[in-house]
Amino acid sequence: MGYPLSMRLWRGDRDGGALQDFTVEVEEGEVVLDAIHRVQATQAGDLAVRWNCKAGKCGSCSAEINGRSRLMCMTRLSDFGHEDVITVTPLRAFPVVRDLVTDVSYNYVKARELPAFAPTPPDADGKRRMMQQDVERGQEFRKCIECFLCQNTCHVIRDHEENKPAFAGPRFFLRYAELDMHPLDTHDRRELAQSAAGIGLCNITKCCTEVCPENIKITDNAIIPMKERVVDRKYDPLVWLGTKIRRRDDRTEL
Amino acid sequence: MATGVFGPERASVEARTLRPDRWWLPPLTTFVVFAAFIVYSTWRAFSGDDYYAAPYISPFYSPCLTDNCVEGSNDFGSPIGWWGLSPALIILIFPLGFRLSCYYYRKAYYRAFWLSPPACSVAEPHSKYTGETRFPLIFQNIHRWFLYAAAVVALILTYDVVLAFRDENEDWGHMGLGTVILLANVVLIWLYTLSCHSCRHVIGGRLRNFSRHPVRYKAWTLVSRLNRNHPQWAWLSLFSVALADFYVYLLATGAFDDPRFF
Ligand code: SF4
Ligand code: SF4
Ligand code: FES
Ligand code: FES
Repeated sequence: MGYPLSMRLWRGDRDGGALQDFTVEVEEGEVVLDAIHRVQATQAGDLAVRWNCKAGKCGSCSAEINGRSRLMCMTRLSDFGHEDVITVTPLRAFPVVRDLVTDVSYNYVKARELPAFAPTPPDADGKRRMMQQDVERGQEFRKCIECFLCQNTCHVIRDHEENKPAFAGPRFFLRYAELDMHPLDTHDRRELAQSAAGIGLCNITKCCTEVCPENIKITDNAIIPMKERVVDRKYDPLVWLGTKIRRRDDRTEL
Repeated sequence: MATGVFGPERASVEARTLRPDRWWLPPLTTFVVFAAFIVYSTWRAFSGDDYYAAPYISPFYSPCLTDNCVEGSNDFGSPIGWWGLSPALIILIFPLGFRLSCYYYRKAYYRAFWLSPPACSVAEPHSKYTGETRFPLIFQNIHRWFLYAAAVVALILTYDVVLAFRDENEDWGHMGLGTVILLANVVLIWLYTLSCHSCRHVIGGRLRNFSRHPVRYKAWTLVSRLNRNHPQWAWLSLFSVALADFYVYLLATGAFDDPRFF
C-alpha cells in the first residue's frame, strides 16, 4: 500500500540554501533513500545525493534525518508515521558541496596523519602469530564502514570548527585503540593519541556511540580505554616510577 | 563570526537542531535528580547529626573518625580527633571525588549541567571548547586514584553491614529492615565500583596481549560484563546511598522503629 510522504530536503550549496518541500509517493517497506531517489527521478532531476551500496555497508549515504546522523539507506520509512514530515539535510559538521553532498575530506586528512601498523619481525618460519583472544579484541573496531556519522555528530568539531586541526575524532580513536591493543604493533600510540589526535578534547559524552550504524561501542571500548592508557603514560605516578626504576617501559611484556 | 554548524562553509540551516523529539528530557531529568541529590547530601553532610542508630551507621558518616562522633559510631577509633566540623566531611571527599571524576557521571553532567552538548546534534551554547585538556578538567585523569580510595570505603561499608547483623547490645544474630537496606546499598556500591572503567583498565584492559595473561583476561571479561551496565549501577547506587542514609536518619530521630525479622 503506497502513501504520499511529505519531505523537506535541503537544497543549495556553499553560497546558501534552504529546506524545500516535496510530496512523494512511497511504498510500505521502503527506506529514506528510496524516497529521495523517487524525488530525484520524478521532481528534481538535479538533486545531488551520494550513495553506493544501499545495504548499509559502503558508508556513502550519511546524512541528517530529522536532525539525527543516520544512513539514508538504513532508515526505514516505517520508523515514522504516515503523517510525519521527514527532514533530510547534509551532514552539518562538514563543508557542503551541493544539496545532500558534503566534503568529508577532513576525515581522510586525519586518516593519513595516523601512523600505519608497524608489526614486529616475523617468526623464524616467516609467519606472524596471534592468539584468538587477541584477534577477537580488535574485531569490533574493524566493523567500521567509515560513514563518518560519528565524526559528524561529535560536538568537538561540529560546534567548534577551530578544533579540527587538533582533533582526529572518534572514528580514528577506534583505530588508535585497535593498534595500541594489537600485540604485534610496535608503536606506542598513547603519546600520539594525546598529542597528535587530541583525545583530551573528547569529553566522553557518547554521541559517537549513539549514532554508529555498526553499533560499535566507540566510547566505552576505544576512547575510554585509550584515555586510560594515556593516564598510564602521563598521569599515573606509580606507572611512571615503575618505568624509571626498571629503566624501561613495560609495554612489550604486556 | 558564526562558527560551528552556523559556520560559513556549512549547509545554512537556521535551527540549532532539527530534532523533533524531546531531546531535552534526559538532560533535564539528570539535572533535576542530581540537583536534588546535591541538596539532600549537603544538608545531611553538614548537619553532623542523626547518622547513627545502633547498630546502623549512615553510609555518609562511615567511617566516623573524630572525637565528636556519637557514641558507638566510631569503630575505627578517632584518629582525627581534633576535627570540629561534621565528621562526614572528611570521608565524603572520596566517594564524591570518585563520582565526580567517573566517566559516566562526567557524561551526564557535561550534558545536563554544562550543555556541552545538551544532546547529540544539538548545537551547544559555548563559543569556546577545550574539553579535558586544561585545568581544571585535566584533573579528571586522576579518576583511578579515587577508585582505589572508593574501594577502601566500600570495604568499610561492607564491614558496617556485617556489624548490622548484631543488635543494639552487640549480640549477633539480628536482622532488621535496616540490615537489609544497608546490605542492598553495599551490593550496589560494589557493583558500581567494580564496573568502573578504570577498574576495567587496571584489571586487564591495559594489557596488549591477552593470551599471555589468562587470569587477568578472565577477570577483564567479567568486569567488562559489569561495565556494560555502569550507568545503571551509578544511578541505583546513588539512590540506595541516599535511601540508606535517610533510613538511618528516620531511626535516629525516632520517627520510625526498625522492623525486626529476627
Ligand atoms: S564521546 Fe568524545 S569523540 Fe565521541 S562524540 Fe562525544 S566528544 Fe566526540
Ligand atoms: S565508527 Fe561507526 S559511525 Fe564512525 S565511521 Fe565507523 S561505522 Fe561510522
Ligand atoms: S548506500 Fe552504502 S551505506 Fe547507504
Ligand atoms: S566509577 Fe564510573 S568510570 Fe570509574
